[in-house]
Amino acid sequence: MDLFANAIVAGILLGAFYAAVAIGLAITFGQLDIVNIAHPTFVVAGSYITWILNSSYGLDPVLAGILVAPIFFVVGVLIYRVYYAAFERTGQESLSGLAFFFGVMFIIEVVLIMVYGVDYRLVSADYIGKNIDVGFIGLPLRLVVPFVVASAMTAAVYFYLSRTFTGRAILAVAQDRLALQLMGADPVRIKQFAFGLAIATTAIAGSLLVMIGPVEPSLGRVYIGRAFAIVVLGGMGSIPGMVIAALLLGVVESLVSSFAGPSWAPAVAFGVLLFTLAVRPSGLFGRA
Amino acid sequence: MFKTRADKIFWFTLAAVFLVGLGFTEVLANEYYYTAVYAILQATMMAVAWNILGGFTGYVNFGSAGFFAIGAYTAVALDKWLGLPLPLLIVGSAIICGLMGLGVGYLTLRLKGVYFAIATLALAIVLETLITNWDFVGAARGVYILTPEKVPFFDSYIQLLFVVMLALTLGSIAVSRQLNDSRIGRGLAAIRDDEVAAECAGVPTLRLKLISTTIMGAMMGVAGAPYPFFVTFVDPLSAFNLFVAVNAIAMPLIGGTAHWIGPVIGALLIGGAQEAITVTISSELNVLVVGIMLVLFITLAPQGIVGLVQKWMKRRRG
Amino acid sequence: MSAPILQVRGVSKHFGGFTALDDIELELGASERLGLIGPNGSGKTTLINCISGSLTNDSGSIVFKGEDITRLAPHQRAARGVARSFQIPKPFRSMTVLENLRIPLEYAARRRTERARIDDDAMDVLELIGLKDRANDPSAGLTQVDMRKLELARALAAKPKLLVSDEAMAGLSSSEVDEILKILLALNARGVAVIMIEHIMRAVMGFAQRLVVLDAGRKIADGTPEDIIRSPDVERAYLGE
Repeated sequence: MDLFANAIVAGILLGAFYAAVAIGLAITFGQLDIVNIAHPTFVVAGSYITWILNSSYGLDPVLAGILVAPIFFVVGVLIYRVYYAAFERTGQESLSGLAFFFGVMFIIEVVLIMVYGVDYRLVSADYIGKNIDVGFIGLPLRLVVPFVVASAMTAAVYFYLSRTFTGRAILAVAQDRLALQLMGADPVRIKQFAFGLAIATTAIAGSLLVMIGPVEPSLGRVYIGRAFAIVVLGGMGSIPGMVIAALLLGVVESLVSSFAGPSWAPAVAFGVLLFTLAVRPSGLFGRA
Repeated sequence: MFKTRADKIFWFTLAAVFLVGLGFTEVLANEYYYTAVYAILQATMMAVAWNILGGFTGYVNFGSAGFFAIGAYTAVALDKWLGLPLPLLIVGSAIICGLMGLGVGYLTLRLKGVYFAIATLALAIVLETLITNWDFVGAARGVYILTPEKVPFFDSYIQLLFVVMLALTLGSIAVSRQLNDSRIGRGLAAIRDDEVAAECAGVPTLRLKLISTTIMGAMMGVAGAPYPFFVTFVDPLSAFNLFVAVNAIAMPLIGGTAHWIGPVIGALLIGGAQEAITVTISSELNVLVVGIMLVLFITLAPQGIVGLVQKWMKRRRG
Repeated sequence: MSAPILQVRGVSKHFGGFTALDDIELELGASERLGLIGPNGSGKTTLINCISGSLTNDSGSIVFKGEDITRLAPHQRAARGVARSFQIPKPFRSMTVLENLRIPLEYAARRRTERARIDDDAMDVLELIGLKDRANDPSAGLTQVDMRKLELARALAAKPKLLVSDEAMAGLSSSEVDEILKILLALNARGVAVIMIEHIMRAVMGFAQRLVVLDAGRKIADGTPEDIIRSPDVERAYLGE
C-alpha cells in the first residue's frame, strides 16, 4: 500500500513536469501542426545550459532556466523562419518538414555529445536531496520544486493563450487564417511568435529536467514518446486535455516502474501513443 | 526485365560490380577494407529499403532501426535455437520482418502521414524495450555470436560476409528498380502524390501500401540478419541505434527519393564520407555531418542529388 | 427510361450531431445529364463523396448498374465505372500529363483496356480534352483551366459509365466554361451519364436534362430545369424567406 501510494504521488509530481515538457509541443504540434520532433532535444539542451550556469556560477537551476528562456525564444523564431521559408510557403510540409526537424534533433544531440561528452550531468541546489514527509508518503523536493514551477508555467501559458489577443490569435491561426488576417494580424508573425514561445518553454522545462535526475545527451529520445503521447492522448488543440493526459501518463509510468521494473518505463509512453493512434487518434478531448 | 538497352546496361553493371567484389577477395587481405565496405553496403540496403516506403510511396518511417534490429535478433534467436546456416537465417529474418512490415502497415497506415511517422518511432522503441527484457537473446547484456573457424571458399569469415552482403545489396537494388518501373511502382507514386485521387482513379491504396511496407520490412530484416555475425557481439543499444535510422532516412533524402538510384547515390556518398571522417577525425563528427547535410539538403534541395542532376540536364537542353 | 444506372436509396450521413444528408432518394438513367444544385453547405459534395466511396453513408444504399456498392471502397467503385473529378484539382504532381492518365487506365480501367494500347488510349482522351500538345508537360505547371481539364481527363481515362463533375468550372472565364461544357457534352454523347455540380447557372441550365436541388441535407426538388426555376421551394432555399 505504501509503495502504491508513493508511486501515485510520484506519478502526479512527475506528470506535472511532463506537462511542462509537452506544452511547447502542444502549441507547435497541437495548434500549428508543425511536427517538431526535436522538441524534447531542446529540453535536453536547456538542461545542459542550466547545468553549465549552475556548476560554473552556482546559479539556481530554476533561475537559470528563466534567464535562458528569452534566448531560446529567439532561437525558436529563427528556426521557424527557416522552416517557413523552406516548407510552409511551398506547401511541402509533411515529409520534408519531419525530416528537417529530425535532422535538427540529430544535430543538437551530437553537438551536446561533442561539447559535453556522454557522461551524466547533475545540478546541485539547497533543496535537492531533501524530502518532505507527509504521513507515510515521502515527497522528494527534487520532484516537488519542478512540480510547482511546471504547474505555474503551464498555467501561465494556458492563461496567456486563452486571455490575451496574441494568445488567442495563436489558437485561432490554425483554424482560420483568413479571419485572422481580416483582424489585422499577420498569420506568419503569429506562428513565429508561437514557435518561439514553445521553444522558450523548453528552456524552463530543461532546467527542471536536470533537477529531477541526471541528464545525458540522448535523454531527449525517451521524451519524444512521452511528449507526443501526451499531446495526442490529450487531444490536439486542447491544453487542459494535455495536462490530464500528462498526469495520467506520469501515474501509469510510475506504477509500472514500481511494480514491473524501471526498464519497462520507456515502453509505457510509446505504448500509450500507439494505442491512442490506433483506437482514438483524436485523443480524449481533441477536435476530431 | 531484359527488354531495353537500359536494362541490359543495368544488369551488366550489377554483374560486373559483383565480380569485381569477388575478385578483391582473392587479391586484398586487409580486413579493414571489407569491414568498411560492408558497413557501406549495409547502409545502402537500408536506404534502398527505406525509400520503397518513404520515397516511392511517401510514408516516412522513423522506425528503421526496429526492423534492422529484429532482423539481427531473429538471426541470433534462430541460430541459438536451431543452429541454422546463414542463408536460412537470412530467409528467416526476411519472413519475420516482412510479416512485421505487414502488421505495422495494417495497424498504422490508416493514420495520416505525420501520425504514421510517429507511430513507427514508437514501435521501434517498444521493440527495443521488449528485446531489452528478453533473456533468451541476452536482454540488456547482449549476446556473443560464434563464427565458424573454417570458412568455405574465402580466407576469412569477414570476406564471406562481405560477398554475401554485396550480393544481397545488389539484389535489393534490382528489386527496387524493378518496382520503380512497374505498374505497382506507378501506383505507389500516385499514392505519394495524392492518395485520395489515386484511390478514386482505381488504385487499391491499402493493398499497395501493405505491399510497400512488407517489402521494406523484409529488406531491412535481410540487411540486419548478417549483422550479428559481422560484429560478433549484439546488444539492444547497438542494434537499435539511432544512427542506423537516421542514415536510412538521410541517404535517400540526400540522394533523391523519387528514383531508385537516389538511395544508392546517397549511401555511397554519405557512407564513404563517414568512413573517411571516422578514420581521420572522429566518429561523432561524421554523425554531425550527416545531420547537417540532411538539414541542408531538405531545405535547399528537397529533390536530392538526383533532382539537382535532372535540373542541370534540363538547363543544358533548354 | 431503361434501367437506371444509379439508384440512391434513403441515404443519410451524419457527422457527430450534424446531419449532412437526410434520406436522399435519387435515380439516374444511363446517359442522362443531371445537374445537382443547392446553396453552399447543402450536402452536394457529401452526396458525391458517398457515391464515389470517399465517405460511407450511415444508412441507405447506393446501387450502381444493379449492384449494391454501398460497402465497396472507392477504388472498387472506380473499377466498376464510377468516376469523379475534384473541385480543387488534385493532379499527380510528380508525373507528366500523360503519366497522370496512365494511372486510371492501368488501374480503374484495367479490365477495359489492352496493355499495349494504354498510351494510345491516353492520347485519345487528351485529344478529346484538348490537352494533346501538353502530353509530356509536367502536370504541376499547368494553368488553372488546363488543370481542370486534366482533372476531367483523368476521370475519363477511367472509362467510366458515370462521371461526377464537382464544380469543374468554378472561377473560369466565360469561354473557358464553354470549353469544359463542350467536353462534358461530348463525353455524354459517348454514353456516359454525368452528374454535374455547379454554381454557374447558365452552364447547369444549358447542360442538364434534369435538376436535383439539395438544401440543408434534404432533396427539395427533382425535375426539369424549367420546373425547377419556377419552384417556390427552390427560390426560398436560395434566397431565404
